Amino acid sequence: MIDFRLDRGSGVATYLQLVHQVKSALRLGTLSPGDRLPTAKEVVEKLAINPNTVLKAYRELEREGLVSGRPGLGTFVERTLGGAAFADHARLRGELARWLRSAHAAGLDDEDVRALFESVTGAAGDVKGAAG
Amino acid sequence: MTERDMLTATGLAKRYHGDWALRDCSLSIPEGRVVALVGPNGAGKTTLLHLAVGLLEPTRGRIGVLGKPVGRALRNVAFLAQEKPLYPGFTVADMLRFGRHLNPRWDKAFAERRLAELGIPAKRKTGRLSGGQQAQLALTLAIAKRPQLLVLDEPLANLDPLARHEVMTGLMTAVAERELSVVLSSHVVADLTDTCDWLIVLNRGAVQVNGDIDDLTDRHRVLSCPAGSVPSVADRFTVVEQGAAEGQTSLLVRAEGQAVFDPQWPVRSPGLEELVLAYLRRPEAAVLPRPALSAATR
Repeated sequence: MIDFRLDRGSGVATYLQLVHQVKSALRLGTLSPGDRLPTAKEVVEKLAINPNTVLKAYRELEREGLVSGRPGLGTFVERTLGGAAFADHARLRGELARWLRSAHAAGLDDEDVRALFESVTGAAGDVKGAAG
Repeated sequence: MTERDMLTATGLAKRYHGDWALRDCSLSIPEGRVVALVGPNGAGKTTLLHLAVGLLEPTRGRIGVLGKPVGRALRNVAFLAQEKPLYPGFTVADMLRFGRHLNPRWDKAFAERRLAELGIPAKRKTGRLSGGQQAQLALTLAIAKRPQLLVLDEPLANLDPLARHEVMTGLMTAVAERELSVVLSSHVVADLTDTCDWLIVLNRGAVQVNGDIDDLTDRHRVLSCPAGSVPSVADRFTVVEQGAAEGQTSLLVRAEGQAVFDPQWPVRSPGLEELVLAYLRRPEAAVLPRPALSAATR
């Protein structure tokens, strides 16, 4: 089951942090269709937040068709996110780890890597946007 | 849940010895909310809470809870005063027996289970419990009455950060398990972020801010702009607070509806604490529910 965490200094609304964490778990395949999300009470007992915040996050996920609430049973994952099949994840992850080692060997630190990654994904977005 | 108000006040005022502790206070809060009542010492918070639980009578105006006049709703209201209502010579078990005796709808199983989970020994005298344990015992006794409205006056005062977190967890769990509306006062706003969903700011006996917290943060923006642009912003929006740093002016503005600013200016939503402090520093500024909302409650 997904284990929510809060970054209280982030300035991101709490319900959005919960929404993002579910989406990220759907992209990574740690949550898959049929899985149950924790109940509001389970989340509240861990994070000491208002249960309405949890319900608001779940409503947002439901609105996007990612989960559905079944009365008396809980909230369940309906579909996954992310285009590539999870089978490709392992291979891509391996390639990325190799690339990261070579970046570190070349003297880049994590922040350099992140900047480089963002500049490439940004550029790729521009290309996609121009093509479309 | 039925559509009724957990708390309504109309022209509510209270005077002690010639001084107005509360002046012309009008509020309407839907049931099921967790309301943060904040304001400086002496703003009238305890007076408002005491009026809501029938410990005081209004000098003027009306107050109701759970859709009824206060006097007729009291069996569904639990109040936790700032001085925890524990007899130091009583054991924890004595306090539970006492609670059961006074409350026909007493939830004995809940009270025993919760104290066991918290590791609070039944045979210990309440005067020998830690501050956090006393707060937890008092909260357990209040919830075991099965109230529909729980009113807490400074429940986190004098507790260390860990105990504050544990009391808040207990309170939020009760809200998740039961159909419970909560009003709690505090002057530590940081403790209320993520736990409360409705905000009332009282200042010098008057309601200065009243509304849903997400709605309030949506309706305000913090931005920084060159000092020369301040008048053009002030023309279009209510400036709640203004500060200057390094040639830039930082503004907290109330921006109803579509607020569009120069894309070069950094703009963000305020945090709860920022919003509260900005209003407290400007007692003449007020933000009350949108006109459509207050019209609907008439």
